[in-house]
Amino acid sequence: MANPQDNKSAQGGFIYLPLIAGWLVPGAGHFLLRKWGRGALLSVSILAMFSIGIAMQGKLYAGAHDILDMLGLAGDLGNGLLYAVSRAAGLGADQITVTTGDYGTRFIVVAGLLNIIAAVDAHNLRTGRKS
Amino acid sequence: MLHPSHFTAVLLFALFASVVFGITQRDTPRRMIRYGAYCFVLFVGAAIALSWLMFLIAR
Repeated sequence: MANPQDNKSAQGGFIYLPLIAGWLVPGAGHFLLRKWGRGALLSVSILAMFSIGIAMQGKLYAGAHDILDMLGLAGDLGNGLLYAVSRAAGLGADQITVTTGDYGTRFIVVAGLLNIIAAVDAHNLRTGRKS
Repeated sequence: MLHPSHFTAVLLFALFASVVFGITQRDTPRRMIRYGAYCFVLFVGAAIALSWLMFLIAR
């Protein structure tokens, strides 16, 4: 079982910083906690998944017109700054016109959901719930 | 623009998701690798099994 006293990084500072940093930038929460290896693997995996989704002409959800759009938008928002920068840069397709675009859309949504899992993991490390 | 085959997309999806699952769901590096590999095999195995099932249903 994890002991909060054993984890030096679980002491001092704003307790939600790794959670917020991890959400905004994939892997940043783990980097703040000096978990370099884990952070690098999470960062590469999530960035690659998001980039491949964009390269496959996946759709970035811009609004919620029905329940499915709402769920897709929630997943996309999990990508944090990646989503904001990509929207600002006009990346991603507005309409899915190729078969791979559908796969790409799922890649982008799942990258966001995985990023949220990674950010919550960083928070658990920060609070000492996980060793 | 990227146009991977369906199976390549499955492999990429399984790889990245398994890495994140392994790191976040287990505590020690050894258990992370084992769980990541387990998730990867389940992802790819399930995709192959369901593909065959759909193929047989469609015949």
